[in-house]
Amino acid sequence: MKIDLNTVKKISHLARLEFNEEGAEKIQKDMTQILDWVEQLNEVDTIGIEPITTMSSEVNVMREDVVGEHLSHEAGLLNAPQRDSDYFRVPKVLE
Amino acid sequence: MEKFLSFDDITKSLENRETDCKAIVNYYLQNIQTKAHLNAFVEVYKDSALAQAAKVDEKIASGKAGRLAGMVVGIKDVLVYKDHESNASSKILKGFKSQFTATAVQRLIDEDAIIIGRLNCDEFGMGSSNENSAHGKVLNAADETRVPGGSSGGSAVAVQANLCTVSLGTDTGGSVRQPAAFTGLVGIKPTYSRVSRWGLIAYASSFDTIGVLSRNVRDNALVMEIMAGTDNFDSTASKKPVPHYSELLHFGKRAKIAFITETIESEALQPEIKANTLAVLKKLKEEGHQVEEVHFPLLKYTLPTYYILTTAEASSNLSRFDGVKYGHRSPNAHNLESMYKLTRSEGFGDEVKRRIMLGTFVLSASYYDAYFTKAQKVRRLIKEYTEEVLNKFDYIIMPTTPSTAFKFGEHRNDPVAMYLEDLFTVQASVSGVPALSLPNGTDSKGLPIGIQIMANSFKEAELYAFGNYLMELNSN
Repeated sequence: MKIDLNTVKKISHLARLEFNEEGAEKIQKDMTQILDWVEQLNEVDTIGIEPITTMSSEVNVMREDVVGEHLSHEAGLLNAPQRDSDYFRVPKVLE
Repeated sequence: MEKFLSFDDITKSLENRETDCKAIVNYYLQNIQTKAHLNAFVEVYKDSALAQAAKVDEKIASGKAGRLAGMVVGIKDVLVYKDHESNASSKILKGFKSQFTATAVQRLIDEDAIIIGRLNCDEFGMGSSNENSAHGKVLNAADETRVPGGSSGGSAVAVQANLCTVSLGTDTGGSVRQPAAFTGLVGIKPTYSRVSRWGLIAYASSFDTIGVLSRNVRDNALVMEIMAGTDNFDSTASKKPVPHYSELLHFGKRAKIAFITETIESEALQPEIKANTLAVLKKLKEEGHQVEEVHFPLLKYTLPTYYILTTAEASSNLSRFDGVKYGHRSPNAHNLESMYKLTRSEGFGDEVKRRIMLGTFVLSASYYDAYFTKAQKVRRLIKEYTEEVLNKFDYIIMPTTPSTAFKFGEHRNDPVAMYLEDLFTVQASVSGVPALSLPNGTDSKGLPIGIQIMANSFKEAELYAFGNYLMELNSN
């Protein structure tokens, strides 16, 4: 599958990534190469095969709904790049 | 002279009062300093390791020591340890200090293991050479111009160069087994869900496992039996009881062994690795075991299946790195969206971005069925085939890697060539079954060769016992 620069732009927005012109061309080339390679899978007959969606053999793991150990407010904010006394701070959402 | 080459050595020295934990830690600290240029350690926990050692020495004196007293462990930089930094070898997690400890690590500490530091790896476990690390490359101690393998490259070299007794790595597609093969060690990827993933910084959640790198099978088995088992913090972790692997190492039966034609006859396989693998199969036959050839026509589809599914899972898992809660935040942002984009673009390395882009693409509405669903179907076929073979045979044997350790930069401009390094390790990852890599001689350059044994899900005890037997057979 040939990836064009427009697709790179669309996907990078979805992934919240940015590429400069040179980076976009490189990722376009890499994605095209990798997708061409993974498309070998089309040779495999999968008619009637259910997609596998979980690898654990544990099902419906239940527990009592009781309060356990939890992080304190202070510990939760410990790694915040920017914070005030109560909250994580981020740049303005609405201009 | 090298000391403390196995946990057995350590236990005996402690019992005979020839040494104490403090001296053991100091010995490794000295080695770490001497071998600092290998760049295996990202951070050495000198103070907390020595403090822990003093505590364990007291416990030994009062006869209350745990089962791992005297064992010194290095942990891969994707496992979290309370009040210590973890970066997943990424700039985006710079400065991140965990508020809790990974279950696997905590269980070792509870048995009095000493954590000596964290180990270099490929960023978020994405790589097969340890070249994709914000902490720089790791050198293979067997030949310093070559890679140690990846992604758990630091974990491998730390044990190879005797900087700790054993190390923890993680294995998503071969990240414990391939570096174990490149450095001449024993490395296990357990059954998916055998070890809790709580506190493991996620790459691909339906593949990620925590494994052990060691110099011998017994140390590996002992650490695994202590780490494994159910955990309230990971609901996927298996509730199946955990046997005492290290006490079940005696192997006294005739085994039924399969080898896969497509691996032995692979064009990518280095002739010396082929020869050493065939030599083991021959020895096993001579010992009276049943060795049979089977075909696995899906082999070439295991890697593409792996890459579609793991990149999809990675793109989702790595969305949490947004600059809000921890780690790097771009100082150049002017609004929320530019904060996300700049933070992520500055923080992630090239390989991680490549995989996030690919994963986002295969999950996007127009391509979801053609790529993601298709790969989930092929995964089922690969898993069912592998289990079918392992219902007929006790073990599958194959080389761990197509080649021995390669030179730095060898696959710089070709991501697919790098992905092919995992050709033989991904089958177990895609299928969820356990696999063990063992040293199997060296090539003409003196570089270690690995041999891989796979068994059916939750057959770690059988895997370790057979591995131990194979090591003995090979040393004769």
